[in-house]
Amino acid sequence: MKKTTIISTFALLLVTGACKKDSAFLDVPPKQVVTSDVAFSDPNLVLSILADLYNRVYDFSGLDNGWASFADFSESFPSENGSYYIVQRTGWDFGSWGTWDYKYVRDLNLFIERATAATKLTDAQKNQFIAEGRFLRAQYYFELVKRMGGVPLITKSLNYDFSGNVEALQIPRAKESEVYDFIISEAEAIKGLLPVNVSEKSRATPAAVLAMESRAALYAASIAKYGATTPQVSLPGGEVGIPASAATGYYTKALAAAKEIISGTAGNYSLYKQLPDLSDNFANLFLDKSSSESIWVEDFKANGGKTHGFTTNDQPFSISDEGLDAGRLNPSLNLVEAFEKLDNTYAPMATKDGSGNPIYYTDQLDMFAGRDARLAGTVLLPNGLFKGKRTEVYAGYQLGNGTVISSSDATITQDVPGLGKVQVVGKDGPVNGAEFRTQTGFYIRKYLDPTVGSGRRGRGSDVNFIRYRYAEVLLNAAEADAELGNYAEASGYLNQVRVRAGLTTPLVLTAANYFDRIVHERRVELAFEGHTLFDMKRWRIADAVWDGNSMSVADLVTNIGKATKRSTQPFGLWPYKYYNPGDVNNGKWIFKETKPSPVTGSNRFLLGNYYSRIGDDVIAANPKIVKQPNQ
Amino acid sequence: MKIKFHHILIGLFLAASGCKKDNYDAPTSRLSGRLVYKGEAINVEYNAVPYQIYQPGFATKSAIQGTFDPDGNYAQLLFDGTYKFTIPANQGPFMWKELPAGTRDSLTVNLKGSQTVDIEVTPYYLVQNAKFTATGRKVTATFDIQKIITDANAKNIDRVYLYVNKTQFVSGGYRIGDGDPPSIAGSAITSMTNLSLSFDVPTITPTQNYVFARIGLKIAGVEDLVFSPVSKITIQ
Repeated sequence: MKKTTIISTFALLLVTGACKKDSAFLDVPPKQVVTSDVAFSDPNLVLSILADLYNRVYDFSGLDNGWASFADFSESFPSENGSYYIVQRTGWDFGSWGTWDYKYVRDLNLFIERATAATKLTDAQKNQFIAEGRFLRAQYYFELVKRMGGVPLITKSLNYDFSGNVEALQIPRAKESEVYDFIISEAEAIKGLLPVNVSEKSRATPAAVLAMESRAALYAASIAKYGATTPQVSLPGGEVGIPASAATGYYTKALAAAKEIISGTAGNYSLYKQLPDLSDNFANLFLDKSSSESIWVEDFKANGGKTHGFTTNDQPFSISDEGLDAGRLNPSLNLVEAFEKLDNTYAPMATKDGSGNPIYYTDQLDMFAGRDARLAGTVLLPNGLFKGKRTEVYAGYQLGNGTVISSSDATITQDVPGLGKVQVVGKDGPVNGAEFRTQTGFYIRKYLDPTVGSGRRGRGSDVNFIRYRYAEVLLNAAEADAELGNYAEASGYLNQVRVRAGLTTPLVLTAANYFDRIVHERRVELAFEGHTLFDMKRWRIADAVWDGNSMSVADLVTNIGKATKRSTQPFGLWPYKYYNPGDVNNGKWIFKETKPSPVTGSNRFLLGNYYSRIGDDVIAANPKIVKQPNQ
Repeated sequence: MKIKFHHILIGLFLAASGCKKDNYDAPTSRLSGRLVYKGEAINVEYNAVPYQIYQPGFATKSAIQGTFDPDGNYAQLLFDGTYKFTIPANQGPFMWKELPAGTRDSLTVNLKGSQTVDIEVTPYYLVQNAKFTATGRKVTATFDIQKIITDANAKNIDRVYLYVNKTQFVSGGYRIGDGDPPSIAGSAITSMTNLSLSFDVPTITPTQNYVFARIGLKIAGVEDLVFSPVSKITIQ
């Protein structure tokens, strides 16, 4: 009896349980996937999708791209055993710097389409999101066009119809000028949709849009103008190369966009002037997250999951928070000597007097006195101050008879006559081949985080990476204005940037000097900000600056400030302690220009490097893509 | 489960037969040759002038890439078949036939076993009769220049350089001495015969009593240089 009850109960349960319809039983909405209409019903969910798209913005050099993304082009030396290839190769592969991330483009297109179709968002929210999506898309097309030239311009999501015919998805390359035109017209279209907000640094603002437009138009203009000097770098269909007749139009647009920011209609941005010491002020511009100068940044947050190891990788060896992890990025003498003297003239570092005798300095820093304040703001000089300590940089003792006493490490002492066994090289280098400490005599200061613990691997640093800033906008305006022949106005913009660096004597731009001056100003103001390669490319002087010839010291110290000055190998400036008891100069410092011994290659930029190779896989999948010139 | 003899047998059989199917023999047919103009080899820079070999008929199209040796030779190991040989646009100190559609002409090669195919091109200039002599550590070169293309496609000489190196790879990127190498500007050349350049060889570590040298001619508007053959010179 009991058994029957149990069995019948189970049977009943089974029967009633099986009564569910198949569709009700099988169609369980997955809990871990949010459908697009749900996601686009709530502004907070949309923001989290947008955050991912912001996170995927593609930079040339970024603080989270690794220190080596800053280390090329002879502007610095890589002090790490695994990275000497940067100074040992004789050029770059045709594929270098390429990008072809159409998955990101598709995600952006989908985002824009879904935000447009959303029904539960207010119009204001929709406009904001759509404008941000379009900004990011234009920004990525800008990254594409400056590396690859004209690319397929895809502005809606493409879907395959499973017909077996993929021709509808095979879109040929647009003209290079068409991609730039797209960026400019997108910027014009969305700048009014975004709210003006100077304190918003990490999301799109009208100023960020205009800064992008100004830079893009300037790039297009200079390719049009200077592309004429390299006729081999062009394609008959215009996928690469812009006709020279378009230059004036683009310069005018670049100037107009820059002026819109300068006039303040897009927000009250200004040059950062907070600290009395101009070098400290310049360094602090990159550390102060509320700076009035930064327009659009990649933000980081310590203890919040998004940090980077720039400080860990590049901090001075003896001041390192992390033992042997330090000192990889060493600015070169090539860059250091490019910083002008305060009277607006160029001069090599004074190591010898007129008759060839060394010049003696009481303090190592005296060597660099009277120069552009940005030098000490960008580069941590020998005996420079970081986290309250001074770096110790010297390559050895030089005796009165010219003998140099040196060793391979600060802990290996040597016999100096009259002193006994003493330390003969600085704890921070330089020693040839000694990694993680400087081999040029310099450390990087830009972006280096003085916060306690910033050099530890575990904590990391949360210094911003500035993508667009007001000083660059001024330089864009100066360049466009000068190219249009308005030298007086151009000088005004340029001098604003220079006064902030302590160069108070106004510089007068003329038809004869403006090009060298603009090239120079961008190099020193925007060093290590990811501009060098693209600037050299758009002016079409990369093949002259990096011509593949090795350099002598005589080469290094001549023609400073000339746009096409050769810079194929990074040099160092090594300090030596002069030891000659009884001599008036005993204990003072002398300096020698030195090519670090790992530097064996010399950079050679081929015409085929002006535009990165499009992969064979891309061309195989889409035969309508034409190849790059010279490849 | 107990491992039985027939299990081992099956395992062995699988292992032995598994090796066959998915492995091909390496290619054995050698396609080689050199860059020539009327039988004369054209010397180029090491690793600078690329060529591409396509095998048509496959769904995806990508080239086998290579670069010419300094003496103009090239060689590839390939499978037998039909190939198309071409040189990418704007590469090499010579003219390569362009087709009307803006594409590059290609050379069809039916490869059956090893084969030598010389690539006939028309250089803009040739460096001829290059002679190198040394007095002490001073290397002096005398040479003639022959202008080959004289029609509407003719180009001027940009500069002529003398390159000297420790090894037989001699060009702008592979040479001894820093700064600019000795050179003559194209505008300063009045006679195309009996030109001369010289170079004082700096100290070489470790010491060697010989160097290699050749003349490189830069054509205006062409990236790659055309060279004279490499010559080994004994110095003191």
